[in-house]
Amino acid sequence: MSSQYVIQKLFRALLTIWIIVTFVFVVLRLSGDSVLMIFGPDVDAGAMETLRAEWGLDKPIWQQYLVYIGNVFQGDLGKSYLDGRAAFVVVMERLPKTLSLMGVTAIFTFLIGIPAGIYSALHHNTRTDRVTMTLSVMGLSIPNFFLGVLLILLFSVAWQILPSAGSETVWHYIMPVLTMATAEASVFARFTRSAMLEVLNQPYIRTALAKGVPWKEVVRQHALPNAAIPTVTIAGFFVGSLVVGGVVTENVFAWPGVGRLLVSAVANRDLAVVQTAVLLISFSMVTTNLIVDFAYGWLDPRVRDLRAQSREG
Amino acid sequence: MSAALFLTILIGVALLAPILSPNDYTTIDLRARLQAPVWMEGGNWDHLLGSDNLGRDVLSRLIYSIRLSLLVAFVGTIIGAVLGTTLGFVAAHFRGWVDDIVMVAVDFQASLPFFIIALTLLAFFGNSMMLFIILMGIYGWERYARITRGLTLSALTHGYAVSVKTLGANPKRVYLRHILPNISSTLIVNMTLNFPATIIMETSLSFLGIGIQPPMTSLGNMLGFGRDYLTTAWWITVFPGITIFLATLSMSILGDWVRDRLDPTLK
Repeated sequence: MSSQYVIQKLFRALLTIWIIVTFVFVVLRLSGDSVLMIFGPDVDAGAMETLRAEWGLDKPIWQQYLVYIGNVFQGDLGKSYLDGRAAFVVVMERLPKTLSLMGVTAIFTFLIGIPAGIYSALHHNTRTDRVTMTLSVMGLSIPNFFLGVLLILLFSVAWQILPSAGSETVWHYIMPVLTMATAEASVFARFTRSAMLEVLNQPYIRTALAKGVPWKEVVRQHALPNAAIPTVTIAGFFVGSLVVGGVVTENVFAWPGVGRLLVSAVANRDLAVVQTAVLLISFSMVTTNLIVDFAYGWLDPRVRDLRAQSREG
Repeated sequence: MSAALFLTILIGVALLAPILSPNDYTTIDLRARLQAPVWMEGGNWDHLLGSDNLGRDVLSRLIYSIRLSLLVAFVGTIIGAVLGTTLGFVAAHFRGWVDDIVMVAVDFQASLPFFIIALTLLAFFGNSMMLFIILMGIYGWERYARITRGLTLSALTHGYAVSVKTLGANPKRVYLRHILPNISSTLIVNMTLNFPATIIMETSLSFLGIGIQPPMTSLGNMLGFGRDYLTTAWWITVFPGITIFLATLSMSILGDWVRDRLDPTLK
């Protein structure tokens, strides 16, 4: 990986973070007078002026902007209107639950989606392939809130074998994970399948077969590693869709994570909590994309040796 | 085939909603609360698919929900396509800093799931139908912009665009009459992907209670409200749920078919 590549990607990531922070600041200021919004029009004008001065709202807009950016990087994102605690703390204490749900979902996504895709590609145009692909289209099409509700109807209402809300035991994980992993595994199955098919059509596979390498070896040594490279690129997309799926799924199953907090904060217009959650999600997305770029640069020799090539050429 | 048939029926239902719906979808009848569908015990012909927690007719609500959900997705898709394509042309035409600004906006939107952007804006500005439809329009514009920009930049070097320009056509004519028809198949393929995604986006937000607001009804918000009555009245949630599922499934199947026919890179 050339240092130019690394610097360019780092610069882009920083630029994106700066734009996101600025975007939140602009939206926050455009959305109205926050003092008025919290206390309503009946509060004494003098008291409101004092508050404005205390929060720095009487300063020129560019000063407010600089103060805001400074605060963001110190993790000071205001207080929740509901209980007056720091928004950062309110969001962070919900994070472990969300991360554990996402982590378990990711494991099941990989365990189901990738083998299904590989198997489909190796049995291209057979009945198994068609059944797998039909299932994956269906898995993609069913909205996760409906799948979640259906699972609750079956397992909690009709058969009464699984809890429908909460996150205390292992049993609580089954339905949320199933809800999220269905769509994710469908995406992975389709993507892995087409990556494998693409690789299997390459001349180097034919060469390997022609020189007598057994089929199993060809798949293991040549096809799988090469098909893995494009699969890395959907990791960024994967994290994004885990975040969105998590927000919806946490609400279906009353899972006490960041997603549920975010939606109730939006409904209550608890702006400090909303902006904290959004900035947290943005930073993780930008970081993921950065890691994907680096991983791709490291895995794909064509990108990795760019500098070597340009030096020779 | 069945996918196309189902979509045709849906569009028909959406267009003919006032004629088809057996009852007014907002009429509350507290004596007929949570009535079962007609084929089940406790059901009767007044409410074919049962009634909800306020005694409103589920079938009529379903019909009007289909109407609103399709309308929002349709308007959203059109706004996104027009906005994205225009900005793509603008970026390709002016290049330089205009191009840079458009591409930074594209990268920004692609860097965050739009669902999160929509949630933020709805939180800050409060929920209104106008803002909601604009949001559905902004959703996905960046893909049209990226496609249009890329294809236009390459089209501008092709013989036909160069000759039309040399003949003295103004830029508007070059882009709308000559380049747009040539890149339209890729844009249409993107539309078939964007439409079901917009439906899912709208229904998800409405399901969470931050999309379409009552007294209006959408497929997502029916499901969201019906969720509280899962143990006693599954029909409130299951019928709209199945409708969303079949609608997105049909559109995916149809979209694949359109892509196979139109996408030049697959030929």
